[in-house]
This record gives sequence, C-alpha cells and structure tokens, in this order.
Amino acid sequence: MAMLRYLLKRLGVGLFTIWFIATATFTVMHLVPGNPLANERGTNATIRANLERQYGLDKPVFEQYLIYMSNMLHGDFGIAFSEENRSVNDIIREHFPVSATLGVLSLCFATVGGVLWGALAALYRNRLPDALIMFLVILGISVPSFVFAAFSQLFILKLNQWSGRSILPVAGWEGVSSMLMPALVLGLSTMAYMTRLMRSSMLDVANTDYLRTARAKGLSPTRIFFRHQLRNAILPVITVLGPAIAIITTGGFVVESVFAIPGLGRYFVQAVAQLDYTVIMGTTVFFGAFLVLMVIAVDILYGFIDPRIRLGAV
Amino acid sequence: MRRAIASLLHTLRCYPQRCLVSLLLLICALPALAQNGVDYATQTVRIALTGEPRNLNSIRATDQFSIFFLEHSMEGLLRRDAHFELVGGVAERWEMEGTTARFWLRHDALWSDGVAVTAQDFVFAWRQVVNPDVASEYASIMYPVKNAEAINQGKLPLEALGVTALDDYTLEVQLEAPTGYFLTLMSFMVYYPVREDFYLAQNGRYFADVKNMIFNGPFKITSWVHGASLRMEKNLTYWDAANITLNVIDIPYITNDSRARFNLLKEGKLAIENGLQGLEAEQLRDALANRMRIRSHSDGGLFYIEFNHRPERITHNMNLRKAMQAVLDSQELVYKAIGIAGYIPGQSLIPTYMNGVHDKFRVEYPVQMAPLDPVKAREYLALAKQELGIDKIPPIAILCDDREVAIVAAQYLQSLFKRTLDLDIKVDVQTFKLRLDKAHNGSFDMAVYAWAPDYDDPITFADLFASWNANNNGRYSNPVYDAYVRTVQGTDNQQIRMDAIGKIQQLVIDEAIILPLYERTANTVQDPRLEGVVFSQLGAGMSLTYARVVQ
Repeated sequence: MAMLRYLLKRLGVGLFTIWFIATATFTVMHLVPGNPLANERGTNATIRANLERQYGLDKPVFEQYLIYMSNMLHGDFGIAFSEENRSVNDIIREHFPVSATLGVLSLCFATVGGVLWGALAALYRNRLPDALIMFLVILGISVPSFVFAAFSQLFILKLNQWSGRSILPVAGWEGVSSMLMPALVLGLSTMAYMTRLMRSSMLDVANTDYLRTARAKGLSPTRIFFRHQLRNAILPVITVLGPAIAIITTGGFVVESVFAIPGLGRYFVQAVAQLDYTVIMGTTVFFGAFLVLMVIAVDILYGFIDPRIRLGAV
Repeated sequence: MRRAIASLLHTLRCYPQRCLVSLLLLICALPALAQNGVDYATQTVRIALTGEPRNLNSIRATDQFSIFFLEHSMEGLLRRDAHFELVGGVAERWEMEGTTARFWLRHDALWSDGVAVTAQDFVFAWRQVVNPDVASEYASIMYPVKNAEAINQGKLPLEALGVTALDDYTLEVQLEAPTGYFLTLMSFMVYYPVREDFYLAQNGRYFADVKNMIFNGPFKITSWVHGASLRMEKNLTYWDAANITLNVIDIPYITNDSRARFNLLKEGKLAIENGLQGLEAEQLRDALANRMRIRSHSDGGLFYIEFNHRPERITHNMNLRKAMQAVLDSQELVYKAIGIAGYIPGQSLIPTYMNGVHDKFRVEYPVQMAPLDPVKAREYLALAKQELGIDKIPPIAILCDDREVAIVAAQYLQSLFKRTLDLDIKVDVQTFKLRLDKAHNGSFDMAVYAWAPDYDDPITFADLFASWNANNNGRYSNPVYDAYVRTVQGTDNQQIRMDAIGKIQQLVIDEAIILPLYERTANTVQDPRLEGVVFSQLGAGMSLTYARVVQ
C-alpha cells in the first residue's frame, strides 16, 4: 500500500515536471528571435499570410499555447514544420526505436565494460593495470564523442582497405555489424564514468566488516569477489543507470550523424537550428517524460537489489 | 551438450590466443552488407544526401532535395534534355503569341498506373498552387498566369485562373502580360501536372509516403524509409523510357556529416559526392591530396554585400557605398582570401552563366566596372562624412551566417576597409534562421547575401531590387530601377528586355546598390564509371536522368 502511494506521488510529481518542461520550452522557443517559416527566399505578404494561417501562427501566442497544450493532452504533437507531411508523433514512433536500440546496445557495452574494468582496477589497486585503466578512463571521459566517432570510422575505413573487404560497414544502419561500432563509441564515456564509480565503490566495500568476516570464514576468493564484494558495490552503478539511459538515447546526435543512423537525436538537435516549433516541443516533452520515467524505474529497481531500501518508508 | 561447453571452456582457458584469432576470422567471414557505388550489370547508382526531402508534393515543394526527386520522377509540359536544352515533355508542340500560349500534349504520356496525362491534370495542379488555403511558398512563380496573384490573395475564385483545357490534349494559357521567359517556367515543379482523383483520394497526404505517390517522369520513387534511405527505379510507363539507361538511383545514406560521406566515397560505396551541394573545403583538400579527379561547376549562387538602404542607416549614403566599392577587389577576395578552386570573382548582379538574346548576357552586355582607386575612395569617404555631418563614421556591422566561406569573406572586408578607409567593421555572425530574421527585419548595415536563379532568365536577378520585391531586404527604392523592371516584365521582345536589364546592371554599379563578391562553384568527385551526369544552376542542380554506368 505504501508502495502504491509512493508510486502515485512520484508519478504526480513527474507529471508536474513534464508540464513545466513543456511550458518553459514553449515560452523560450517563442522568445527566440526568428521565424520557423522564414526561408532563403523572402515571401510576399500574401504568401506569408497564407502560410501563417495554415500553421496557426496568426493567433496570439497565449492562444497558440492553449491549443498546443490541449492537443498534447490528446497525444497529438502536431505536424513538423521541416517535413510538412509528417506528424511529430510519426517522427517519434519511427525514429525513437532506432535511438533506443543503439542506446540499449551501448548501455550494455558501458555497463558490462564499466563493471568489469572497475572491478579489475580495484583488484589491482595502485598497480600497473589500475594505472592503465584509470588513464584510459580519463581519456574516455575527456575526449568528446565526435572525436571517437570520426577516429573509429577512419579506423574501419583503413581496416577495410587493408583487408581488401568490407569487414564492418563505414556507415549506415543495416544489420548487427553496422551497430557495433556506433554503440561502442556512444557508450564509451558512460563506460569510463562507470569504471571510476565501480572502482571506488569496490574499494569502499573491500574495507567493510562483512567482507573481513567472509574471508575469516575461509570462503574462496572467487566467491567473495562475486557474491559479496561485486553485488554490494554495484549499487552506485545502478543509480546512474537511469539518467545514463536517457543521456545515451538522447545524446547520440553526433554518433547518429557520423554513422548515418536514422535516430531521433538528429531531429532533436536539428529542430532547434531550424526553429521547428512542433518538433522542438514534441521531442523535448518526449525526452523529458522518458527521463522522468527512467529515474522512477531505477528507484523501484533499488528495492529489488537492496532489500534494506523500503520505498515509501520515509 | 554439457560436454561440448566444457570442452569449449577448456579450449578457451588453454589457448586464449587461438580463440581470439578464430573470433576475428569469424567476423571477417560475415557477408558484406553495403553495396558498391555503381553497378554496371544492374545500371545502379548510389549516392548520399545531406538531408530529407521536406515535402515531395510538387504543389508545395521548396527545398533542394524535394526538387531533386521531383525532377527525376515527374515531368512538366517541357523538360531539360541531356544537354540542358529545353525540349518537349508532356507537350509535343506549343505556340506562344503575346499573352496566349497553347500546348498540344502527346498521347503516349502516361501516369505510372497507366492512365493518360491530360490537360485537366495541369489545370487542377496550377489552380492548387495559387489556392490561398494550400499556401504554396512558390505561388509567386505562377503569377505570370492571368489572375494568379488575385486568386492567391483570395480576391477571385480558383476557376478564374487563366488556364483552360480545350480538350483532353490541348491546354491554353492566358498571361497577365507578355512574359518572355514563360516557357522556361514549364519545367519548374509548380507547373507539373497533378491528377485530381488521385490527389483527393490521398486525403491530404499526397506524396507523403510511397503509397501516396504517382509519377509521370523517367523514374518512380519505390522506397522511402524516413531519415534513412530512398530509392528510385526506372518508370517503365514513361513515354521516353527507351532513352533512359539507369535502372536504379539508390540513396542508402542520409547524413549531414561531410566526413562520413567522404569516407563512404573512398570506400567505393558512393558514385558521386557531393552532387547537390559540392564538397566542403576540408573534403576538397582531402580529394586533392589523394589525387582524385575533381569536377567543378557553377551552382548558380551569386554572393554579394547587400546594403541597408533605409534612410536612418548610414549605408543609405551613396558616397560611403562608393568608397567601399572603389577599394573592393573581388579577385583578391576570391583568389587570396577564399582560395577555393573554381570560384568566379563577382562583377555584376547578373552572373556569367545567364543567357541574353543570342549569347551569354555578359558577352552581349559587358560590365563597366567601377575602377579600383584608393585615392578616389578616400574622396568619396570625405564627401560622405560631409553629407552626413560627422567627423568619423561609426562602426558598421556586416551580417553573415555561420558558413565558413561567408565568414572568411566578411573578415576579409573587415580588414580591407580598416586598412584602406579606416572604417570600423563588426562581423555579426548568426545562425541561419536568425540571420534570415535580421535580414528580413532590416536590422543590419551590410549583409553577406546570396541569390540563386529560379528560372533561366536574367530578370530572376535583375528584379531583386525593385521596390516591391519581397527579397529586397535593404529596401532599396528608386523609380528609375522600378521602371526598368516594368519594361522587362511588360514585353516578350528579347532585345528590349535585355537592353533594360543591361541598364539595371549598370545602375547597380553606378549607385553601388550592392557589392558583388563571388559566384560560387560546387566541386564534386565521382566514380569514373559514371557518365552523363548533368549539372546546372537551376532546380536541384544535378540530374542523373540521362546518366549511365560504363564498364
């Protein structure tokens, strides 16, 4: 019961957050100078008036806001300005799965890699493997993804030229082989971040009483490592998982562009440059809602991993 | 099963290197999915695009990508052939006299479902273009047709448009006034036919997806995965299909990352790059370093400094403008500052490729350039200060967008005017939409601006500074200029028209209305097996209609 009430409360706050995101975005978007209908070719007064009437831009801004909000409540994000025959709903429906696939794959890379390298670094603390891993981690966090993306593409190109055959595709979105490199590149910084997190949390756990007890009982080192140390140390990694999912699925713009992947991130970023009102609103609200949901999901996941955490107990 | 896993684990533990090698071999053995840029046997060409078509509905299309697909899959009354000459398309022959044009349609022109293309299809399409509720951005291209503008303003019903189907295969057009370039408009997309029954059946989704499309041109769009890929295949019902060699134009990649596209080209996955927009500076250097064969063509864009002529702006003063004109050497700008092969120094409002009466316009009407003269420039400047009643010219802003070449040009002018005239220039770099907004609102002193032709007649440039022109951002207003433009638009006598445009060309220089900077060039690299690509300054700029793959 407490669990249910907690969930309802969280969802309520979540809804308020989404409303706030929508309103703030709408306001800022209309404050930015520029006209979404502006084109290189100036249009005469007649044509411009016809266009504005068609997009409802001839109405006062507050009325536009009310119309937009009521449409949004009905689940209708409107028609894109930049692709006049497509609704924003269609754009999200067709392109989010691509971003999500890429995101989940790179998150797998990031989590598995992060946990593995972090644990290894902790195991070899202050020795050569630790220093090496930590150096790579700094590199992974500080080098932006477009550099990695460009380099990895060049690497594939050289690899293919050297071997005289197409080992991995240079770009495109067809089959698993084309997903590997983009996912790896996209997950790299998250992997680096998780490695650090995992390492410090492993070291924290290493000094706890229950681990000393386990060693004193004479358990095998492997069993201690996997059953006691790893499981207890993994909690902070789960914490960042929620935001990481959102960041990875939305932040893939550069990677999507370099590898010619038809994901949603591209629309998200290009819409701002083109001042495409409906796409800006649709993608922002969608991603906002997604982030809110992920954070709630992770909080619930906590309860399962760590029985000490009781949701709604506070 | 368990034994198999155990033995696998054993191998893994004992021979890690061997396992790694076999894993690599396994990856190598995976079949290559992506296909090559050109294929002789299937006559296939693959290209990449930098963006999606915005709207493929010919009535409302505006962007280069949409125009590219429409030019390949649709056909108007006239069309451009393999040498870019205007020849018969759906119309077999035509007659033009004064304000009346008559077209006789060929009987074998078919839609891709086998139904004949008729004169009614043109009447329906043209009425929709000027329909105020449809709100076509290119409606003004239809204004030479009688009553088009009034209908677009909502003052007359659609039926009042001066186009009539005399029978299924005869179309008569009444014009507002004799229009010398009317025939060249017939290959422009807003003049394409649209079949009423099919259009209405799509419920507002005409050409939104492949299932909502119908074609009368050389190719059919057979697949469109939004944001990812498009594919065109030869249209077998096209009346001239026998002269089309290519079977497939495939667009498997859409990305605005120029480096990624160039890598695909190097990998042999693309037939041509970048056919529609030209290579960017970095890829051009890469291509030169790799000794690739580069093809250059003018893409039609004329870049110039637009002045703000509003009376409250300092650039309203002609002597100030003439001072700048007298020190600006567009050759130095192009050859030293920009340094991209193929750019032509700007000299006139009318670009070099435009046609005059019998020859190129610029051959028939050579430009009388204002001489480069720093001494004279300082005299103009002193005169300007005197007229304005000030001792020092306040800082002047040059508006430009964030494209590399535009910024280079603006910075060149900044240092040039400082060095020669001691003028303080601020470079105001804005993103595309913001620059448009500032330009349209007149919040600039000078702006790096570009114009590309809508149709094959110099008036597409010459009327830019008519006082009523929506693109006259600087609000230049001169009754003499306006009178010349009216002369050109009021007759179809080519000699009278070109003479008037010649006078406009000179007036632009005499009053320093603008400062021409350069004519842009697009550089492309293509697979040597691809032949017959037609580049032009009009429409999408590249046509693969008559291209072929050789062995």
